Amino acid sequence: MTRLRWLAIALLVLSCGTRDRGRAGVERIEFWGLGREGEVVAEMIPDFEKRHPEIDVVVQQIPWTAAHEKLLTAHVGNASPDVAQMGNTWIPEFAAMNALDDLNPFVAQSKTLDARDYFPGIWATNVVGGALYGVPWYVDTRVLFYRSDILAAVGYPNGPRTWAEFAEASRRILAEKRCRFAILMPTNEWEPPVVLAMSNGSTLLTPDGTRGAFRQPQFANAFAYYIDLFHRGYAPSVSNAQIANLYQQFAQGEFAMYITGPWNVGEFRRRLPADMQDKWATAPVPARDAQTPSVSMAGGSSLVVFRASLHKEAARKLIEFLSEPAQQVRFFEVTGDLPARRSAWTAPALVAEPRFPAFRTQLESVRPLPQVPEWEQIATAIYDRGEAAARGTTSVAAAVAELDHRADLLLEKRRWIVSRKRGRS
Amino acid sequence: MKSERRAALLFLAPALVLLTVFFFAPVVAGFALSLTDFDLYTIGDPHNIRLVGFDNYRELIGSSIFWTSFVNTMYFALVGGPLTVAVSLAAALLINAKAARFKALFRTVYFAPVVTTLVAVSIVFKYIYHPRFGMLNRALDTLGLPQPDWLGNPKLAMLAIIILAVWKGFGYTMIIFVAGLQQIPEELYEAARLDGAGAWKQFRHVTLPLLAPTFLFVGIVVAIGQLQIFAEPYVMTRGGPLNKTVTMVMLMYEQGFKFWKMGYAAAVAFVLFLVIGAATLVQLKMQEKR
Repeated sequence: MTRLRWLAIALLVLSCGTRDRGRAGVERIEFWGLGREGEVVAEMIPDFEKRHPEIDVVVQQIPWTAAHEKLLTAHVGNASPDVAQMGNTWIPEFAAMNALDDLNPFVAQSKTLDARDYFPGIWATNVVGGALYGVPWYVDTRVLFYRSDILAAVGYPNGPRTWAEFAEASRRILAEKRCRFAILMPTNEWEPPVVLAMSNGSTLLTPDGTRGAFRQPQFANAFAYYIDLFHRGYAPSVSNAQIANLYQQFAQGEFAMYITGPWNVGEFRRRLPADMQDKWATAPVPARDAQTPSVSMAGGSSLVVFRASLHKEAARKLIEFLSEPAQQVRFFEVTGDLPARRSAWTAPALVAEPRFPAFRTQLESVRPLPQVPEWEQIATAIYDRGEAAARGTTSVAAAVAELDHRADLLLEKRRWIVSRKRGRS
Repeated sequence: MKSERRAALLFLAPALVLLTVFFFAPVVAGFALSLTDFDLYTIGDPHNIRLVGFDNYRELIGSSIFWTSFVNTMYFALVGGPLTVAVSLAAALLINAKAARFKALFRTVYFAPVVTTLVAVSIVFKYIYHPRFGMLNRALDTLGLPQPDWLGNPKLAMLAIIILAVWKGFGYTMIIFVAGLQQIPEELYEAARLDGAGAWKQFRHVTLPLLAPTFLFVGIVVAIGQLQIFAEPYVMTRGGPLNKTVTMVMLMYEQGFKFWKMGYAAAVAFVLFLVIGAATLVQLKMQEKR
């Protein structure tokens, strides 16, 4: 009996201890970081807490694969963190759920945050209906990775700059049997056709985001160009799942060009053999022609504050801290994630890597993806129809018509809400 | 009489309460959900919900991806199910045979895949199936046989997944068959032998009829498991190539947790529930006929 009572007391003491470390006047905030970023941010927190002894940050690390679902369920279940990292393409979704706090007033009065220091296309991904729901943390876009030895041999030492050059370089690579394929564009990735369409001036959806704009020539012509790269045999119709070792295949000359993101700079450096290291480079994605700019998509992660948070002031202080150029540089050095602020791009580690300038150039001309919660499903339809057209089971005309049809179906609810709002106002 | 009834109710109460709270209520709520267009917008503003009747079901039945997933799931179940049963029965017979040596060892070896982690095994098989560097095609190469792109070829991808699923699952049903075989009295075989029955006739007229209840159990368990296939294609192909490996559960998961279309996902769940119910019923009826 007495032993049981002691056990109960011990448990009570322990539970008190974990709930409140006993520091009076300390405000506790919860931060959710995703994947590797969540790990790294935990190492940066002690510095923040030293500067703000009145704030105690608890970092929860969430794996990327489960992050989207976890954040959604946390909001629905009233268990959202105070501040979190969020893929900036998810922001429209969480804005539709009314989950996030508008940061406009905070940024306006902040002494260290300066909207003009950020890439405009990236900043725009955080703005939905005039409200600012996130501050960019690190950025991501797609550029062209290529084998510089092979591209130099076919006459494009700096990579192809236009669609015509892209196709001509591919033709020569195959004609001169330099690679098995010229380009790798996995058929389960919607990014390559979308980036090409953006370069061609497509908005993908109508401006109010209630219908698809896939039959419009801006998209349809880009899509036809993309499909043609498969039909001419320049690109293999394989999905990501069929590529067991991308880096080995790139080194062995299976393909010479690949449209992908900044994380692959680190991967290529780590995984390509040493004699390959001076034989690869990056360039902005090919522009439609010499007169138009090369356009790519705005990706990356933002820092958001949840509307339900009771510690918004402290949460904002953490965002200010993580957005300081010095912290951005430190974060880049550990993770390889590209800084969101231009002033952080002078960091020696960024300047030293010759594959980053292409990203820097590209980031000045990125555009947000359509800011509707249904975008991901529409994007799935794009690669689904792209795969079918690449394999020849449907025509380009039928594919874009089907895309408009599917997008219109997916956006039905949005049209209903938009029309209801118009009726009310 | 009355008090007996009360006592019965009292004893049943815990089970009934649990069933109501954890089974009947969620099923009813799930069905109600499937009649609405509950989605992201509804979470943002509860007014953003419409009662849509059977629209979700209608949309589901009208969508090509649903039928693709239905056909894929059926293909997987109708090929993979009987194959699992056949392989596990064969393995059980071998292990149970009098002439067999090292029975415990083989039982463990055949059962080992069951306790491996499905996701890890799926990743390993992805490597085995790789068209150029995979173990399987290397072996086919040395034998001078053609080397297909197992997971990339729309005609082969599901078959490749079936092979993995059979390998992973047959050990479990094998153990049940072994238990069933061991319950058949030795005297019956002896009597059959005295009547002049050979090995095949003993199997056909003694083993098979007496295994009937085991068959029913195995058949239902395998069918339910097979119709809910998800992890293998999710890890190995993500539903590709050309949607040839999208299954019904994968469709439900994507609609529900990726796109948060809860009403639509609930409708998928109910259709799957009906399919599994029908499959179980068919097997029960077949058993009755015998």
